[in-house]
Amino acid sequence: MDLSALREDFPLIAKNPHLVYLDSAATSQKPKRVIEALKRFYEELNANVHRGAYRLSVAATEAYEEARRRVARFLKAEEREVIFVRNTTEAMNLVAYAWGLRNLKEGDEILVTEMEHHAGLVPWHLVAGLTGARVKAIPLTEEGRLDLSALDGLLSERTRVVSLVHMSNVLGTINPVAEIAQRAKAAGALVVVDGAQSAPHLPVDVKALGADFFALSGHKMLGPTGAGVLWGRYEVLEGMMPFLGGGEMIREVFVDRSTYAPPPGRFEAGTPPIAEAIALGEAAQYLMEVGMERVYAHDRALLDYALNRLEEVPHLRVYGPQGPDRGGVIPFTLGRLHAHDLATFLDEEGIAVRAGHHCAQPLHRRLGLAATARASFYLYNTKEEVDRFVEALLRIAHKYRAWL
Amino acid sequence: MGEPMSVLDELYREIILKHYQAPKNFGVLPQATRRAGGMNPSCGDQVEVMVLLEGDTIADIRFQGQGCAISTASASMMTEAVKGKRVAEALDLAKKFQAMVVEGASPDPALGDLLALQGVAKLPARVKCATLAWHTLEEALK
Repeated sequence: MDLSALREDFPLIAKNPHLVYLDSAATSQKPKRVIEALKRFYEELNANVHRGAYRLSVAATEAYEEARRRVARFLKAEEREVIFVRNTTEAMNLVAYAWGLRNLKEGDEILVTEMEHHAGLVPWHLVAGLTGARVKAIPLTEEGRLDLSALDGLLSERTRVVSLVHMSNVLGTINPVAEIAQRAKAAGALVVVDGAQSAPHLPVDVKALGADFFALSGHKMLGPTGAGVLWGRYEVLEGMMPFLGGGEMIREVFVDRSTYAPPPGRFEAGTPPIAEAIALGEAAQYLMEVGMERVYAHDRALLDYALNRLEEVPHLRVYGPQGPDRGGVIPFTLGRLHAHDLATFLDEEGIAVRAGHHCAQPLHRRLGLAATARASFYLYNTKEEVDRFVEALLRIAHKYRAWL
Repeated sequence: MGEPMSVLDELYREIILKHYQAPKNFGVLPQATRRAGGMNPSCGDQVEVMVLLEGDTIADIRFQGQGCAISTASASMMTEAVKGKRVAEALDLAKKFQAMVVEGASPDPALGDLLALQGVAKLPARVKCATLAWHTLEEALK
């Protein structure tokens, strides 16, 4: 799937022909349209939203709500189920505090997985500490998939929440969320999906996933930093108390009490990141125009090509499952070289990869590794860049052979 | 791009490799009178520094942990540099080392082998790797 014509849409990439950016799992580059949407808001529409006494504010509100509609279309969701937040982390905290804190009690269980990003673990740890609930994890198989044979033993009437990552930010594993959600629902549990990696890279239909919540970060899907989304099933949102209190999220306020707006407003306290949300809407629109099926196919083609070529590199080890349930993420190590040293050597060759535990310490513990280097692909990456990546690794493996 | 990789060539030399692959004073020091743990949460590097103080002198020192070549070599060379020194001298050396790698100050010859890490000053992303063991030593000597 050739999307290379799209590279011209990304100013940072167009201006840096020597940069091979393989860290889109951390944050994506932004197309001109998105950057211009930010600028246009401040130059033409800047006013606060939902305070429509004058035309400019009405226009700003309309642009903000149009962004919500675009994100809703992107997720195949209803507009009133789309809550703008800062990022996936905030979305996960919103669920943990606004739902978890009020619904969990001692003896309840929160079921996560061994491949969670810390954003899918720490909010639950915090709420478990306050409620007495316990956090348990679905283990991994050797290939880096969830071991679903353990699921029946882990799910019980004590399980109140199943919270899992849709696509691993380290292994690239795409989890069978629909199947897990079905079993979780049968056990009476709420299903929370961390979609930080899947929303940018896979076609997502939140209703078909069978989830109650789905969290994403705009900046990983061509949007600006500072705007993300929590999607929630309306019936669940409707029964929830707010997370943050303040302006915008109220119905009526007295000095000693208040009542709250219906969702999604109930969960958007204070002035939201208006420009960022509008630009995120533009990013969602851009991705819909490209087509998420094409984005996934492109990532997959690069992944398959890279996995194949990486076999040429002596002492290189890659992790993660082989199969269609894998997105364009490659964690790797090179002999005894530490991932940070490796990333520094690659940087010298103009190749940007991440090194470390990628906010997934339990996963690295499971792999028996302190750190991995990680290359991740997106729609603007090319086969030629994969070639440059592999050739750089070949040079490094040769030059530093004494270190391997 | 590609060769020559002068900053890296300067840094990733034999001496760093030696300390990375066979760190000096690595392991547990059961009789330690001071110990501290250091961690770089963003990357997962960990180090524990154990010091046996006799009076005001670092009679023995060991470290353990896991990290990249720069952090391991820095810790290894640090233990060699401060063993037998008085606390004030060790802390002074820590200051000189940090001045070299953090501020890019012209290195003090007193740093000896540690001068091999001078190039870290040109790799801002790696400064924390080089200073981890030293911050941990300062903590242990507090």
